[in-house]
Amino acid sequence: MRYLFRTSYQQDLRAWRHGGDVFWYGLLIVLVLIIPFVMGEFYVGEMGGVFIFAIAGVGLMLLVGYTGLISLGHAAFLGIGSYVNSVLLAQGVPFLITLPVSGLFTALCGAAIGRPTLRMSGLYLAIATLSFGSIVGTVFQKWTAVTGGFDGFAVPTPYVFGVSVEGATGVYYTSFAVLLFVLWVSVNLLRSPIGRAMVAIRDSEVSAQSMGIHLAKYKTLAFAISAGITGLAGALFAHYVRFLAPDAFDVLLSVQFVTIVFVGGLGSLRGAILGAIFVRLLPQAIAIVRDDLPFGIGRLPGLEPSLFGLVLVVVILFQPGGINGLWLKIKLWFQTYPFMRQASGRRQKSYARSERLR
Amino acid sequence: MEDAARLLQLVVNGAAAGCIYGLIALGFVLIYKATEMVNFAQGDIMMLGGFVAYSAVAHWGLNYWVGALIAIVATAMFGYALDAIVLRRVIGQPQFAVVMLTLGLGFIFRAGAGITWGYDSVGFDTPFTNRTVKLGALILGEDNLSIIFGTVLLCLVLYLFFAKTRLGVAMQASSQNQLAAYYMGIPVRNVFSMIWAISAGVAAVAGILLSPVSMIDVNMGFLGIKAFAAAVIGGFGSIPGSLIGGVFVGIVEQLAGYYLPAGFQEVTSNIVLLGMLFVRPQGLFAERMGKRV
Repeated sequence: MRYLFRTSYQQDLRAWRHGGDVFWYGLLIVLVLIIPFVMGEFYVGEMGGVFIFAIAGVGLMLLVGYTGLISLGHAAFLGIGSYVNSVLLAQGVPFLITLPVSGLFTALCGAAIGRPTLRMSGLYLAIATLSFGSIVGTVFQKWTAVTGGFDGFAVPTPYVFGVSVEGATGVYYTSFAVLLFVLWVSVNLLRSPIGRAMVAIRDSEVSAQSMGIHLAKYKTLAFAISAGITGLAGALFAHYVRFLAPDAFDVLLSVQFVTIVFVGGLGSLRGAILGAIFVRLLPQAIAIVRDDLPFGIGRLPGLEPSLFGLVLVVVILFQPGGINGLWLKIKLWFQTYPFMRQASGRRQKSYARSERLR
Repeated sequence: MEDAARLLQLVVNGAAAGCIYGLIALGFVLIYKATEMVNFAQGDIMMLGGFVAYSAVAHWGLNYWVGALIAIVATAMFGYALDAIVLRRVIGQPQFAVVMLTLGLGFIFRAGAGITWGYDSVGFDTPFTNRTVKLGALILGEDNLSIIFGTVLLCLVLYLFFAKTRLGVAMQASSQNQLAAYYMGIPVRNVFSMIWAISAGVAAVAGILLSPVSMIDVNMGFLGIKAFAAAVIGGFGSIPGSLIGGVFVGIVEQLAGYYLPAGFQEVTSNIVLLGMLFVRPQGLFAERMGKRV
């Protein structure tokens, strides 16, 4: 077992805990960089999809896992990011400008929705984002002059420094770069006063407020940042699918994003990435075993959404820490061997916490 | 005259649809007031109630009223079991965990209904199907009138239940203060499960009342999203507020469908909801409250 000896206050504020972290994550980055040279086109494409979902997952994790608010309309932000990016590219604006612009524009949309609703309890945000999502979906369908409606919208090929971002490999590297950037921003955000305010709001709104944190301001900020990151993921998503259809951004996609966050493990950025891997690979796994399932289960039309629902229910009831929590438990088992007991990972008995105004 | 009659007709149709939204919202509000949980699967429970009534009437050949009674009782028992088996486990977890849990349950119910009853729209004969009442120039469908009448009747029954019976008063007490209710010897956990049962029963009534007007199908649960608008207008804690909110949303939706270009009707309830949150987020009927630490 590794013991951390703290010899300076800076140590607690660092982005990494010890040298081991730097080494293993560095190795992971190198591995990810050489994968396209080793693996086939299909796998590289799928990994690109995983990266894009991981970006959106990190964005939503900042909101759900660190601020304690929930959004059921993040598919709409993904869609806004996609369409802003594609429409600007079609106008001839370079990709290096359209990418940040689509993120910023989505963040503004998030702030506009968050500002009025966040005065109320977090529940209202879930409801408001749910209906915002369906309004935006309808706008994508009906505003044919810009989005092309159900005819779809062919996304132009972007250029970065004169090199065209094409095919699975191009999307793979671009998404990976953006994912690294987003992770870098999030890690640093979380150890800044803003991030600490967000965590304080999650743990207790009343005590955060009495410590002088402006609730509405920080909640809106967190929501805008989360929406903005999802907008970035949306811009990349446009290049991943290459042909935008308005019905791609529905409630089911929002539920998938929230599934990423819950399955990965609330309150951990690593969890967002693990969750994204799970959510992207689940449909592939279903496709592989579809024909071998008994009783024709594989042929049911609503199989995928109901599986996502089932996974959500099982995770919330039996493994609230998600995949990340499972990993931490396994690690603890090895670290403390042979002292791990059944009760070691047990949750504290908890009681209903009222958020009600009386 | 023609215009006035048409307008009135739209209003009656809207009020009927609105009563359904109001009933679903009533289910949200009952549960929210008691347990501070929001049941995102309320619309799907309504769908289950509708399907059970369909089975009872169309497959087993029972009388409409008997079938409706069976559906209401079965759905209420289902609601009780849902709370006792699943929802009780997440007490003390953050609110958004409950949101996601009920949302996930909704997807499972939808798949379960799809496996059991298939993915086609179904309907069954009711005493109100395709019959009309003439009032001068006004032609009203008995189906719409039955919805409005049924809602009013149900509200009366619920009001009497909460005001006059021992169990109803115990429910009010538990939702006002859980701890004090415990001390008074009220079995709060069972009471909460019974509130879930009532809420599921109300949803089943909504599903049955809706069946002469629209077909029953697996995706009927999406009406729940419209019911959120009703609940928010009412202030998410007021039972008469949710019904008034529902009727308001229903009427606005009908008028928007008639006077505005196509595509607006689907999102009217969402726009009303967001507009309400911008203008008066606490709803029309909320009391002024301060937070106790």
